[in-house]
Amino acid sequence: MIKFGIGQAVPRTEDARLLTGRGRYTDDIRLDRQTYACFLRSPHAHAELRAIETARATAAPGVLAVFTGEDLETDYIGNLRCLVDLKQSDGTPLKTPPRPALALRRVRHVGEPVAMVVAETAEAARDAAELIEVDYDPLPAVVETRAALDPAAPGIWPEAPGNLCFEWQRGDRAATDAAFARAARVIALDLVNNRLVPNSMEGRAALGDIDKTGRMTLYVSSQGVHGLQKQLAEDIFHDKPERIRVVTTDVGGGFGMKLFLYPEYVMVLYAARWLQRPVKWAAERIESFLSDDHGRDNLSHVELALDRDGHFLALRVDTVANLGAYLSNFAPYIPTHAGTAMLAGVYTTPAIDVRVRGVFTNTAPVDAYRGAGRPESAYIVERTVDFAARRLGLDPAELRRRNFIPPSAMPFETALGSTYDSGDFARTLDTALAAGDAAGFPDRRAAAKLRGRLRGLGLASYIESCAGGGPELATLEVGGDGKVTVLIGTQSNGQGHETAYKQIVASRLGVAPDDITVVQGDTDRIRWGSGTGGSRSVPVGGASLAESVRKVIERATPKAAELLEAAAVDVEFRDGSFAIAGTDRTVSLRAVAAAAAPKGGGPAFSEESRWRPPANTYPNGTHLCEVEIDPETGGVKVVRYTVVDDFGVVINPALVAGQVHGGVVQGIGQALLESCVYDAESGQLVTASFTDYAMPRADHVPPIDFHLECVPCQTNALGMKGAGEAGAIGAPPAVINAVVDALAEFGVEHIDMPVTPEKLWRTIRDARAGR
Amino acid sequence: MYDFDYHRPTTIADAVALLAQAEDGRPLAGGQSLIPTLKQRLAKRSDLVDLSAITELRGIRDDGGTLVIGAMTRHAEVAASDLVRSAIPALAATAESVGDAQVRNLGTLGGSIANNDPSADYPAALVGLGATIVTDRRSIAAEDFFTGLFETALAADELVVSVRFPRPDRAAYQKFPNPASRYAVVGVFVAKTGNAVRVAVTGAGAVVFRHSAMEAALTNSFTPAALEPIETPADDFNGDIHASQDYRAHLVKVMAKRAVAALQ
Ligand SMILES: Cc1cc2nc3c(=O)[nH]c(=O)nc-3n(C[C@H](O)[C@H](O)[C@H](O)COP(=O)(O)OP(=O)(O)OC[C@H]3O[C@@H](n4cnc5c(N)ncnc54)[C@H](O)[C@@H]3O)c2cc1C
Repeated sequence: MIKFGIGQAVPRTEDARLLTGRGRYTDDIRLDRQTYACFLRSPHAHAELRAIETARATAAPGVLAVFTGEDLETDYIGNLRCLVDLKQSDGTPLKTPPRPALALRRVRHVGEPVAMVVAETAEAARDAAELIEVDYDPLPAVVETRAALDPAAPGIWPEAPGNLCFEWQRGDRAATDAAFARAARVIALDLVNNRLVPNSMEGRAALGDIDKTGRMTLYVSSQGVHGLQKQLAEDIFHDKPERIRVVTTDVGGGFGMKLFLYPEYVMVLYAARWLQRPVKWAAERIESFLSDDHGRDNLSHVELALDRDGHFLALRVDTVANLGAYLSNFAPYIPTHAGTAMLAGVYTTPAIDVRVRGVFTNTAPVDAYRGAGRPESAYIVERTVDFAARRLGLDPAELRRRNFIPPSAMPFETALGSTYDSGDFARTLDTALAAGDAAGFPDRRAAAKLRGRLRGLGLASYIESCAGGGPELATLEVGGDGKVTVLIGTQSNGQGHETAYKQIVASRLGVAPDDITVVQGDTDRIRWGSGTGGSRSVPVGGASLAESVRKVIERATPKAAELLEAAAVDVEFRDGSFAIAGTDRTVSLRAVAAAAAPKGGGPAFSEESRWRPPANTYPNGTHLCEVEIDPETGGVKVVRYTVVDDFGVVINPALVAGQVHGGVVQGIGQALLESCVYDAESGQLVTASFTDYAMPRADHVPPIDFHLECVPCQTNALGMKGAGEAGAIGAPPAVINAVVDALAEFGVEHIDMPVTPEKLWRTIRDARAGR
Repeated sequence: MYDFDYHRPTTIADAVALLAQAEDGRPLAGGQSLIPTLKQRLAKRSDLVDLSAITELRGIRDDGGTLVIGAMTRHAEVAASDLVRSAIPALAATAESVGDAQVRNLGTLGGSIANNDPSADYPAALVGLGATIVTDRRSIAAEDFFTGLFETALAADELVVSVRFPRPDRAAYQKFPNPASRYAVVGVFVAKTGNAVRVAVTGAGAVVFRHSAMEAALTNSFTPAALEPIETPADDFNGDIHASQDYRAHLVKVMAKRAVAALQ
């Protein structure tokens, strides 16, 4: 029997390698004659670039070249491009200002690359970078989301008056207005979705190389090689894709941030071509803070209309989304299409009206970060529901139940046009309340009170949207020796894809996991791929892979029939062997492969599939969080955490639990600790190191009690819904709802993320003083 | 990091001589503060004199009731020492509260006090306990040692050799850690020896200080309630994104009360 099947919590096959230091990350790659790059970055948030004097740097020991934006312009190097077409509510396209790899004539955020030095050693490059003299003429800057649209705010782009990149609308305004007009109750609140720095453990890194024919190779820590290849060829170097190979080896975390094309990747290739030598760059931690795409940073005004019985009639959301100074690849997509689609949440709300304004500020670009828009939406919905319950004097669980979309209504089309195929929201809620012993909470609260602590219980019944974004290509090769190779266009950043793919192949093809090799991240070996993002790798890539397995079996069956001297129709495949139906005469896949292998070498069977999801999938669930607050200091601790998720069919519960744990920790980080702060005056990044940017640590997190209550997905070939981002989506509202619950005795109705000790202390103090 | 010359002497005398000769040298202890400033190119040093091979700088011993801890003793060693835990448990607890395990395994007592970060924990313990800093050339009372923001009474080529801690009757340290760095937003060390009470505060101001109003109140009545009426002026306090001046002033009282409560 297969010990490595679908649904089993098998250990990750990549762990032994990764945990014993045998992983191979981009910065581990050393090529012959490799050189090192250092980027000189803008110290100003906003300034005219008058002149760059590079002579002294160029003459410094070990220096091979110094490049500035003008070099790129002279050589017709293309700009980095925003890949999103967004139509504004007035029908015109969004504003897409130019983004050269090195600043040209103006700098627009602290940390923007201004010049590149390439030298024989990294230290020589750094020394020389200090010799570059830049004549800046500083300009006033605007960094805050709420300040960007202020008519008095400094303008960043002439083509975007008022710093407005786009104004975008979705939903039914007339129906929403009508519903509000007849509502018994209207609830309004303002929410901050704080700006985050992704902080992958492995920083970004890139190594550019070139061969004698001029064909270039980029080794890069990414979430998918094909998107980068296409952009580098088409947008940047105006060449054919096959002239640029992109390779990604092991990746130490990405969270969305490593999906995108960055200036440094363009530059290592450009410099490699110029010098005809490999050029390496690896981010220092401070560069990660300054120049990785950040996440979130939205302000939303929310209004909910309810009838007398607490049924939701309509929802109005008006969001300002900070996009940074330049548009990253998907930036405008995140707060619009990606996020707002989920504003119905798990509720029947019949009318929704959304407006989103994307704004430029003098900050690093903002793009997808774990959840990419869905955490923002889940926070809006689940905070608002809790807020409403408190206002109406209803139990938050009860208000949710009154408005849940019932399983009997599935498939259900929401007011914003998403069609949920399945889900039993009351079931995850009930299971969470039972598993988290909500009934015992009043006793725990009373006990905490005796210890001088305020205890709160918070819920969030989230839903999100996954596995979209087109098909994935999965190729399955069976060698003459019976060994199997999977070639796939997704890219593990640490999630354990290798294990999940092996489980699919092992269980469907009866091959031992040790005989399966998974290949990702090489445009020379994998023809095409969509990469990893939006929790799509296993749901979409895995479904394609299962289809390739089916095709291999189909292709091998005639050969097996030949060996069995039977008719193909009588031959069936089970547990790794072909058998004549109704007999015990079998032949193994290995034997069939050996017989089918071409004489000249190459695989016996090679099949590819490109399964295209017919619809998005909708993972959902309930988070239940308990916190304790020290009212004297404002300290808050998460003391109990329960998650009940519906992920559809699960390939590996251990992998999924790992994803949920990591996501919940990131969500707790956003709710209580993490905050990316730019100084409002100077535009400097105040939180540019871990000394000031608080990351969640082991002692911030209690044991996470994780349960699955799965309803198979109706639109995914394997019934999967996806699990990669869910934890980070459910956690922030659950934590904040718990904090507000703990503060209820003071009449506190809301507190913004992150709930830092001082903020909490002030909130309590002001509430006590009746302010 | 800029280039520097690296030395690893085995005696205090050699280390001092190397520092005296160097154009702009610094002793290197655990490197937890020094190395990051060099890596980020915030400082440039001609010479680093690594103290790790000097055995005279290590160790914890009892000298007739006074606890003597060598400058190169790591925080983790202080935290785990049976001698420290029985003689002055609050000092072991102070060491245990520093940063994270990696920092405690490398950071040293001498490095911490010579660095005199305004948010460091040891300065509170040293001032609170009335410790004496022994250098290669003299002895300095803790109150005279910590002179200002990142400033001490040490001469440029002067080495901390050890610290002498008198044993209090009772002592406690309470710290509110910065959630990001784990340094003290505010830390209060309270020690009682006979009728004398010392209260030392770190994290709140530019440098550790004794809180005389609290000391007077506690000498009168060694109870948390005695601290209730005492307001700490916040004007000279540190304020940053993590904690404003008045929040720090508030935390001084909370931490002091908790330290006293722990000793009831
Ligand atoms: C992530 C992190 C978290 C931290 N958290 C805390 C915390 O919570 N609380 C806290 O108190 N500290 C904290 N620290 C500081 C740490 O505990 C060390 O005490 C501190 O970095 C200095 O000790 P060191 O041995 O590493 O000295 P080094 O970094 O080697 O030296 C620091 C300075 O002291 C000088 N010096 C060293 N030894 C001597 C000597 N014997 N005589 C004269 N001068 C000397 C050096 O020249 C240098 O100027 C933290 C550090 C880090 C990196």
